[in-house]
Amino acid sequence: MFQAFQQRRWPLIIFWVLIVAAIVAAPAVLPVFRLNLLGRFLSLAIVALGIDLIWGFTGLLSLGQGIFFALGGYGAAMYLQLNSSGDLPNGIPEFFSLYGVNRLPAFWEPFHSPLFTLVGIWLVPAVLAAVLGNLVFRNRIKGVYFSILTQAALLVFFNFFNGQQKLINGTNGLKTDVTQLFGQMVGSPEMQRGFFWLTSVVVILAWLFLRWVVRGRFGDVLIAIRDDEPRLRFAGFNPTLFKTIVFAIAGGLAGIGGALYTVQSGIVSPQYMTVPFSIEMVIWVAVGGRGTLVGAILGAVAINYAKSLVSEALPQSWLFIQGGLFILVVTALPEGVIGWFRGDGPRNWLNRFGIARRSETYPRLDLEGQEEVQS
Amino acid sequence: MSTALLELRQITVSFDGFLALRDLNLSLQPGELRAVIGPNGAGKTTFLDVITGKTAPTEGDVVFKGRSLVGTREHRIARFGIGRKFQSPRVFEKLSVQENLALAVSQPKQPWSLLVGGLNGEQRDRVHHLMSIVNLQNRADWAAGSLSHGQKQWLEIAMLVGQDPDLLLVDEPVAGLTDEETDLTADLLKSLAGDHTVLVIEHDMEFIRRLESPVTVLHQGHVLCEGTMDQVQADPRVIEVYLGTTEEENQ
Repeated sequence: MFQAFQQRRWPLIIFWVLIVAAIVAAPAVLPVFRLNLLGRFLSLAIVALGIDLIWGFTGLLSLGQGIFFALGGYGAAMYLQLNSSGDLPNGIPEFFSLYGVNRLPAFWEPFHSPLFTLVGIWLVPAVLAAVLGNLVFRNRIKGVYFSILTQAALLVFFNFFNGQQKLINGTNGLKTDVTQLFGQMVGSPEMQRGFFWLTSVVVILAWLFLRWVVRGRFGDVLIAIRDDEPRLRFAGFNPTLFKTIVFAIAGGLAGIGGALYTVQSGIVSPQYMTVPFSIEMVIWVAVGGRGTLVGAILGAVAINYAKSLVSEALPQSWLFIQGGLFILVVTALPEGVIGWFRGDGPRNWLNRFGIARRSETYPRLDLEGQEEVQS
Repeated sequence: MSTALLELRQITVSFDGFLALRDLNLSLQPGELRAVIGPNGAGKTTFLDVITGKTAPTEGDVVFKGRSLVGTREHRIARFGIGRKFQSPRVFEKLSVQENLALAVSQPKQPWSLLVGGLNGEQRDRVHHLMSIVNLQNRADWAAGSLSHGQKQWLEIAMLVGQDPDLLLVDEPVAGLTDEETDLTADLLKSLAGDHTVLVIEHDMEFIRRLESPVTVLHQGHVLCEGTMDQVQADPRVIEVYLGTTEEENQ
């Protein structure tokens, strides 16, 4: 794996220089509206990275990442609402008065603290993911049954959040764009620029963190779980433990992504826990390339950008394009775009036009002969 | 018999009323090399499943190093000192030869220690040593999936040895191997016996003969007889259920 990295070092370096330059320059080039969109899509890339870890590497197809995404978003929104409601009657957010609630529900209390909020937006989803995941994994539920369970859990959370007006404003969600942070309005252009940079940095940190996780023997164990979990047990490893850990990591990342998405879109609502949205997250990773990490980021950003551009021009057609994209990936690019580039894709394609030489069936044949003679 | 490394006591395994194993008794002494043969459906693989914790026995007890294994989960049994090679080679195909072996020799096998550090020097030496034993040192960075069938068999045996178990359960190690590879495998298993206890399940009679080990014959989930290869082949019951068909082959 390390060798593969060295061979492809220079394109990678150029790639990252361009990315960093783009991040630094984006606020100067893009109008506030576009910048804000890009920031949101980068938040989604953080969720996608987590999905790549559990699906691309470990083989756990979760259709319920929206749960953790929304929890992170609610955490951030609750802090911002509390932070901005000191002058209101009872010192609690305005919406409570609509439902005749005079006292803050107990679970809101810790969100007075910025420190708790910063930790909670990833720790709460991570712990929830660890608990749910462990219950499922220890009973050896896997494959499509795992996916169905995660989707069922998503629906349970969606319905619960939708119905709890007195706790979290139910289906209306919590608005953040008119709340205050550091004495400024969260929805202001200056704040949004700050959030864009923050999101960019977090995406890169999340990417580096996951590279560290999947490099080396821990990552090898994840791949082994994906490819032959029973065999791994007989080698003395406990797959349940590893799966619980990566599911918790993915949950935590989804929470961070959800918090950053919320402050940039101005609201968090149960809509973040709809079934289609969580499935879309999986599609970003599938299109970008499972098990590539960079593919997850590119998939999330590119598809969402395409979605917003297409939706502006041809409002009705996006779903067809997204469906077509998914079919294309499943049939023609099973490894996703990045996986296609890293594999034999470009060479095969050039072959077709007679530009590149066909690879030999046994490219190492000559070398092998020499080895045999020597030994 | 209290010194036995592994003892199976009256094991019965029932799958919805079908008895895959019935009242099976078997004991292995430390350092022993033992061959188990039996016609298809004799329960050979189920018998390994019971020892390694994949299948729970309906009745009876498996005692390893004086401790009952019944109800213990697979990875704990593996850590306790029982390694298993599967019938068709099961290696991690997307990982390289070296990475496969690194997982086998890793100690401890806990997430945190795998995350923060690489192999230590001694473990790296063991990986190289194992690759040289099975002649895969030139393939260290090859994906295991690109190896030939025989090389995968050997890689899996090397992984098994790398786990350093006290008891090696080897299920059909020479299926699909050339004669030369078969001979090398027999020598390898014989050299492992002594330091390790080895139990081999195989169909290939020539191979079993080369192992020069006591043979246990399973039939319909039960031990039919035990003895040397010659004794077993002379036993009329064995000829009837199993070896009768291979008589010509042996002449």
